[in-house]
Amino acid sequence: MNFDPRYSGRNFSSVGTRPIRPDGVDKVTGRARYGADFNMAGQLVGRVLRSPHAHAVIKSIDTSKAEKLAGVKAVITAKDLPDLTDGDAAMYDILDNSMARKKALYDGHAVAAVAAIDARTARQALKLIEIDYEVLPHVTDVDEAAHHHAPLINDQVFTEGLEEKPAKPSNVTKRTQFGHGDVHKGFAEADFIVERSFKTEQTHQGYIEPHACVASVNPDGTAELWVCTQGHFVYRQHCAQLLGLEASKLRVTSSEIGGGFGGKTHVWAEPVALALSRKAGRPVKLVMTRDEVFRASGPTSATSIDVKIGARKDGTITAAEATLRYSCGPYAGSWAEIGAMTAFACYKLENVKTVGYEVLVNRPKTAAYRAPSAPMAAFAVESAVDELAKELGMDAVDFRIKNAAQEGTRSSYGPVYGPIGIGPTLEAVKSHPHMKAPLKANQGRGMACGFWFNFGGQTCTDLNIGMDGTVSLAVGTVDVGGSRASLSLVAAEELGIDYSNVKAIVADTSSLGYNDMTDGSRGTFSSSMATISAARNAIKILKDRAAQMWDIPVEDVTWEKGHAIAKGEKYGNLSPLSLKDIAAKSGTTGGPIAGHSELVADGAGVSFATHICDIEVDPETGATRVIRYTVVQDAGKAVHPTYVEGQYQGGAAQGIGWALNEEYIYGKDGRLQNAGFLDYRIPVCSDLPMIDTQILEIPNPNHPYGVRGVGETSIVPPLAAIANAVSNAVGVRMTHIPMSPPRILAALEAEREG
Amino acid sequence: MVAVTLWGSLSAVAGGKAKHEIEAKDIRELFRKLAEQYPGIEPWIDRGIAVAIDGTIYRDTWSKELPEGAEIFLLPRLAGG
Repeated sequence: MNFDPRYSGRNFSSVGTRPIRPDGVDKVTGRARYGADFNMAGQLVGRVLRSPHAHAVIKSIDTSKAEKLAGVKAVITAKDLPDLTDGDAAMYDILDNSMARKKALYDGHAVAAVAAIDARTARQALKLIEIDYEVLPHVTDVDEAAHHHAPLINDQVFTEGLEEKPAKPSNVTKRTQFGHGDVHKGFAEADFIVERSFKTEQTHQGYIEPHACVASVNPDGTAELWVCTQGHFVYRQHCAQLLGLEASKLRVTSSEIGGGFGGKTHVWAEPVALALSRKAGRPVKLVMTRDEVFRASGPTSATSIDVKIGARKDGTITAAEATLRYSCGPYAGSWAEIGAMTAFACYKLENVKTVGYEVLVNRPKTAAYRAPSAPMAAFAVESAVDELAKELGMDAVDFRIKNAAQEGTRSSYGPVYGPIGIGPTLEAVKSHPHMKAPLKANQGRGMACGFWFNFGGQTCTDLNIGMDGTVSLAVGTVDVGGSRASLSLVAAEELGIDYSNVKAIVADTSSLGYNDMTDGSRGTFSSSMATISAARNAIKILKDRAAQMWDIPVEDVTWEKGHAIAKGEKYGNLSPLSLKDIAAKSGTTGGPIAGHSELVADGAGVSFATHICDIEVDPETGATRVIRYTVVQDAGKAVHPTYVEGQYQGGAAQGIGWALNEEYIYGKDGRLQNAGFLDYRIPVCSDLPMIDTQILEIPNPNHPYGVRGVGETSIVPPLAAIANAVSNAVGVRMTHIPMSPPRILAALEAEREG
Repeated sequence: MVAVTLWGSLSAVAGGKAKHEIEAKDIRELFRKLAEQYPGIEPWIDRGIAVAIDGTIYRDTWSKELPEGAEIFLLPRLAGG
């Protein structure tokens, strides 16, 4: 990588300002095109038949009646998606999840699909498909599934991560362990120990826009896919591999996205739509219903976590230990592993041990959800930390400050930290007016910390300067949180021009080099690095063109504030040339002016946040109301502060829903009982107070502007902050998320009964 | 020579040893030598391993040099949302 990413400590003109979002007018006037808004001539309607059983062998599928129905153009089953994964187990799981092959593994698992001339015909056709199932025993609870008597979901699974391969298969796919020191010694040194078990229920990202795509496969092997996704390049790779297409012949265009939060990092419907189009010879549009989104996309894990923390009387934590069991759905995952890494990442610990267990259950395949796995681990740990502070008689914030990780601390997951922001977020919370505001009866205040890694990844950007001096910026990271605005600010900053002269777009997969997914809070971090690099490459050309226009050596030209300057007194009569002046002459100085960049944006800085929550609990009904909420988080450098604040508020809002109401509820038959927004209640505006934010800027040393990812960390502390607030309000430690009214009443009842 | 620490699960396929001394100039050579010594590690490398060099995590820059005496930690390559 011929680019120096180190932080330079420069002053900014554009970065840090708050221009109006470029996509705002289209979105509020309905012009923005989302996944379901794209149409092609002659397109068919795709519909998917899904298993009603949580666990069943598919003995046979008879599609003959459906195929004969007038208006049906294609019916597919797993036979139309042959296994081309060549031993790649992760890809095989994606294939099997897209269309069940031998067994249906959860309620909602796709088993067949049709393409017809309209939705009514497609629905009729689904009813004509006959499937002979052999229903098997199922398990949906994470603790029950980990038990050795539980129904086996895959008899080829033997727990990984053990020194010896186990003799019997189980639903536990992997054991992972992190930590250092000696926890037994640490607990022996403790004056106080808190030990508790916690549970969190499965939740969905709750994005408003369902999965939607239009696929068109041509007889010559070329294909197009218009899709709502967080990563169209990754979708292209996965779909090409699963369908046996050449990646270069599959052009994928990402639409606007109505929320993703990790849930649109994974293909489900897209390979099915492509297979239907291939068989029908016509474009196929496939849009999931809300019921399908809940039953058959990728919610987060349900968890069961045991935590033990010990401290001396002076408030020093001497040892911390956690065992974390995370559900993965019916396919292997690494969700407990992430929980085990993040659980104690906020703290400076001499003795720490975490063990994670990945557990198969008959539920949908778990997918990433905003800082995946970290919120549940933080809920368990931060609840125990709060309880320990109380036992010690210490203020909850002071206890955390005393034990907070800092630069040079060995993290609980291994490496030593560089400059980090946990201490400053805690100090900011300690002095925040929110912490001193009075509380009324039945109200409680809680606070908690959270950590997330942030990632970088492969990134490619094109910056093209038009002859009128305006700039087109083509990026390959899907704009899920305002990155087109922030990347335009970065281009304007580097080039020294006004923000209004830059227009950023998300390019399709045939127009730009490969880009990793927009995940891991990497969109602005990675693409800003590539944009800076591309702009600097363009400036080299601009200087060369100015040198030609002046007929002087290029070494005598510098670039300052959007202008080429001829250095030295001998050029005193040469007026600076603006970018616009140089662009206007580009046709006769060498042709188009552009800057390109292809890089791996590694070195994303870790991120910390601390949240404060005030909550009111009705002791008669268990109903809760969040009355005040404050987010303090390190952004490294806030490129567009309004968007950063929006990320902070969005994470808190999702966390409030997760903490108080949201959960997947399965019946004894293994079927999901609440696959809709009426019964799965996400918070709406009237449920939320104005969420206050405070941005801290501790520069990331591995980014030229000091930028860190900001999108995910904000969902890590809310479960714990709210649980601490509710616990303080009712005087009972809450250990089960969500803290819905019946669960709060049950906890109060249990406390009364002793 | 650099000191390399493997996270728990990975050390299980590296002879049960978490700490290793390895002569490697960059991440690519480190992976190659580990796989030569412990073939069981190869599938893990294929699935993705992140490398923390003095606290900074690298996931894809296999040409990244390993400074003499640096602290090297191998970590799982994680998913984000």
